[in-house]
Amino acid sequence: MLTIENTTKWFQLFSDKIIENKDYLSELDTPIGDGDHGNNMARGAKAIQELLKNQQFDTLSDLFKNVAMAFIKSVGGASGPLYGTAFIEMSKASKETSNPTELVATGLDGIKRRGASDVGAKTMIDVWTPVLEELKAGQLTIEKINADVEATKALVATKGRASYLGERSIGHIDPGSMSSGYLFETLLETGALE
Amino acid sequence: MKKIINDPKNVVSEMVSGLVRAYPQYLQKIEGTEAMIRSNEASMIDKVGIISGGGSGHEPAHAGFVGPGMLSGAVAGQVFTSPTPDQIYEAIKAANHGKGVFCVVKNYSGDIMNFDMAKELAEIDDIEVKMVVVDDDIAVEDSLYTQGKRGVAGTIFMHKIVGAAADKGATLAEIDVLAQKVMPNIKTIAVALSGATVPEVGKPGFELADDEIEYGVGIHGEPGYRREKLKPSKELVQELLSKLKDAFDMKPNDKYAVLVNGMGATPLMEQYVFMNDTLDQLADENVEVAFTKVGNYMTSLEMAGISLTLFKIEDDEWLSYLNYAVDTIAW
Repeated sequence: MLTIENTTKWFQLFSDKIIENKDYLSELDTPIGDGDHGNNMARGAKAIQELLKNQQFDTLSDLFKNVAMAFIKSVGGASGPLYGTAFIEMSKASKETSNPTELVATGLDGIKRRGASDVGAKTMIDVWTPVLEELKAGQLTIEKINADVEATKALVATKGRASYLGERSIGHIDPGSMSSGYLFETLLETGALE
Repeated sequence: MKKIINDPKNVVSEMVSGLVRAYPQYLQKIEGTEAMIRSNEASMIDKVGIISGGGSGHEPAHAGFVGPGMLSGAVAGQVFTSPTPDQIYEAIKAANHGKGVFCVVKNYSGDIMNFDMAKELAEIDDIEVKMVVVDDDIAVEDSLYTQGKRGVAGTIFMHKIVGAAADKGATLAEIDVLAQKVMPNIKTIAVALSGATVPEVGKPGFELADDEIEYGVGIHGEPGYRREKLKPSKELVQELLSKLKDAFDMKPNDKYAVLVNGMGATPLMEQYVFMNDTLDQLADENVEVAFTKVGNYMTSLEMAGISLTLFKIEDDEWLSYLNYAVDTIAW
């Protein structure tokens, strides 16, 4: 179950991971996007770090909402609204539940709505969807997350800027899928799923 | 990377600051944002507000087109990155004078999502917002693998049209109808000679050999449709015009506005040469050129290259909007 404590830790670990891998995320974005995914996500990660340093939260919903707003205000691009919408949906749902599987499910619905997209378009949805299944089965592991991210290599982009490359996008990991991989990897590290 | 900047992280805020301090008669910064609103508030009273915006790196777009007769405000995102919803929302609020706000958005997933979120926020305040999505770049065809065409230099024609209509007192609904009618008649295609370097990235988005060009490149360095050896201007025009002719199904006596747009590093001298060849070849097609413009309007940092925009004038009112008096930094 998610608590204010382990969710705070989750976003701390996620932010650290993003900042650590900023250059790698931008590198992934260079052949199939515009090379800024790392920089954009790092701006959001720093905003989250600032938020967590300076503010206390009374409820899980409040925490998700503030993280969402910090992210939306600082990131821009497509990642800002997509992650931001996911966290807003998780904020709404966390008024009723603290079950991470249910929260990830509402987040995924938000991403699909905001991006007007679905599985198979070589986007972050292609990591969130299998991860949700693995969460439901109680079998989420770091190996599975890595495999989910790696699997985006084989997909043809039909959404976002990478879509302009069509089949030339095959063979590259989708950068939004990689950053989503970090999100779930750090969720595992919090121990909230144990 | 060789750029006249300080910390790459501060490029946008320092640019906006320099811009509003240089042109206080045109622009005011909305505090706490990188959004700018028209200084001449009286010119906005009782009119629909027009907001445009997008990533930075395309200067003079978009703030350069803020002023009476054109935009009410512009929102500057990070370099090549859409502005955030909270900033767009502030610009919408500042531009609203009770008649609603019309947004000009280029067709990129990030821009559309951020403007959509801003629209949702404004609607909570009972501000009516409509938008047009500009998708003038014909280089990448709408196909299974794309989600439509990109928005590029033709955007400034859209700014001009909706800005003039708003200034003449058109309602939000009328502006919306006008914009949707105009949009399919604006088409653009580019040729690049070199790539652009985003300050925070530090290396060019793509590289071309000294004697190489790429047709169809986007304003963020998105790949085009073909690379080949550099050719004389006449032949470049021939290639780009052939694509536009097909896209328009061009016929004798059609009427067009023509924009030759520099991508950032291409001298005006070369742009005039290119325009000269364009007008020669359009004359060969027996079409009427009713309006012309040459210069750097929608750039891509230091990219060298040119884009060619044709706007088919189906209604003479559109031409009167293009010629409508404006007072901006860059039109």
